[in-house]
Amino acid sequence: MKAVGCRLWAVAGATLLLTGCGNIEPWVKPYERQALADPIMSFDANPVSTAYLDHVFDAREGARGANGSSGGGCGCN
Amino acid sequence: MTKAWGVELRARASTSWLGLVLALLLPVASFAGVLGDDRADALYHRYEGGGVTIHGPSVLVRKKFAEKYALSANYYQDMVTSASIDVEVSGASEYKEERTQYSVGAEYLRGKTTYNLNYTNSKENDYQAETSTFGISQDLFGDLTTITMGFSRGKDVVRRRDTTTDQIDPTFKEPIDRWSYRVGVSQILTKSLITSFQLEVITDEGFLNNPYRSYRFVNPSDDRLFALASEVYPRTRTSNAVAVNGRYYLPYRAAIHGGYRFFTDTWGIDANTFELGYTHPMGPWTFEVGYRYYSQGNADFYSDLFERPNQQNFLARDKELSTFTSQALSVGATYDFLPNGWRFIKKGTLNIFYDRIEFDYEDFRDARFSLLPASDPNFHPAGTEPLYAFGANVIQAFVSVWF
Repeated sequence: MKAVGCRLWAVAGATLLLTGCGNIEPWVKPYERQALADPIMSFDANPVSTAYLDHVFDAREGARGANGSSGGGCGCN
Repeated sequence: MTKAWGVELRARASTSWLGLVLALLLPVASFAGVLGDDRADALYHRYEGGGVTIHGPSVLVRKKFAEKYALSANYYQDMVTSASIDVEVSGASEYKEERTQYSVGAEYLRGKTTYNLNYTNSKENDYQAETSTFGISQDLFGDLTTITMGFSRGKDVVRRRDTTTDQIDPTFKEPIDRWSYRVGVSQILTKSLITSFQLEVITDEGFLNNPYRSYRFVNPSDDRLFALASEVYPRTRTSNAVAVNGRYYLPYRAAIHGGYRFFTDTWGIDANTFELGYTHPMGPWTFEVGYRYYSQGNADFYSDLFERPNQQNFLARDKELSTFTSQALSVGATYDFLPNGWRFIKKGTLNIFYDRIEFDYEDFRDARFSLLPASDPNFHPAGTEPLYAFGANVIQAFVSVWF
């Protein structure tokens, strides 16, 4: 019983320590992120286009998911 | 376990879990995140291939308020004209239909946490789908890491049209329930490299067939020919997909990106997707090229030609469940036509993208060859027809403005 409580507090403590890492010194400093902030580095620069192409492939292939989009319907008979 | 012991355990556990939850929430308010830009996109899309033409518009608008809230709305339409190989082999004639879809979404930013809600409704005359999504994203470690989690719940209704009269069959109405769970991490690794990892589990339950598709079996009266019967699918399907993606900023102003996705499901389909692309800005222009390779193995209950009707519990001949590869080559150009803005518009771009996709099937034959008269020199007995393949052209033209 006591062990269960201790374990949970230990998890909470460990989480506090981990989340304390939110204040760790970032190894890529904010002023070094000029390249990363360039629009050409965006994973999804044109959401309207990405969603459409995901649908084109989803409707014709067996695989689905893990492409960041969700939606319904088919239009694929 | 005694009752008192159980109560004490629950009380201690709940205190402990409270501590845990507080510990998780504490850093949330320590910094501030950002919501995406205010933006509007109007897109025209056109897909042409395999006897199918689908085109229509998609309009997406997104606006934030007080830097804490954002609303978005999307209207999307497919106008379909189809005389695909499936339509031809079933003996039906070309048909036309429309699908309209709208989505609305809301985002709320609190410190480093963004909460989002989304609702999508899609309607065809024989298919309706509603999907609700909840998501949360959290920036960590000086914004080098972003963790996302999401859950979607979908409810579809499948109807069936009579292919000769084009009327909806009032006796056929089947539901599908869908659940989707997603987690993701995006990570800045160096000042030039960002990566992401995603995992998604989807479960469906209900009528998962396409009600117009048939499986084929050897005609008992002539083994050079085939006969058709309605497909029978399992009523459940669970799939897992994991994806890793990376984007790298080159020593000059250009970027390369790559990605890989592995997919597996309870129907026996395994699939791999590889993607590679290059983005190159040049003055007001940005050019993109990309290549995508996809391959999958067939579902356990798929066969191009069954030996007899009802040969097994589940029977399918959907080419989407067969063994095949698809390869896509894409090129695109973006022109920044308002680099200095105009009135309330900060920036505007014109975009054109073209994709050429080649589908090559390894166990789905072109059954039109065995439908020819036996005297025709192109006639092939059922099961010996050439393998099916087709190419598709996909065009997207759109204008985007930031305001």
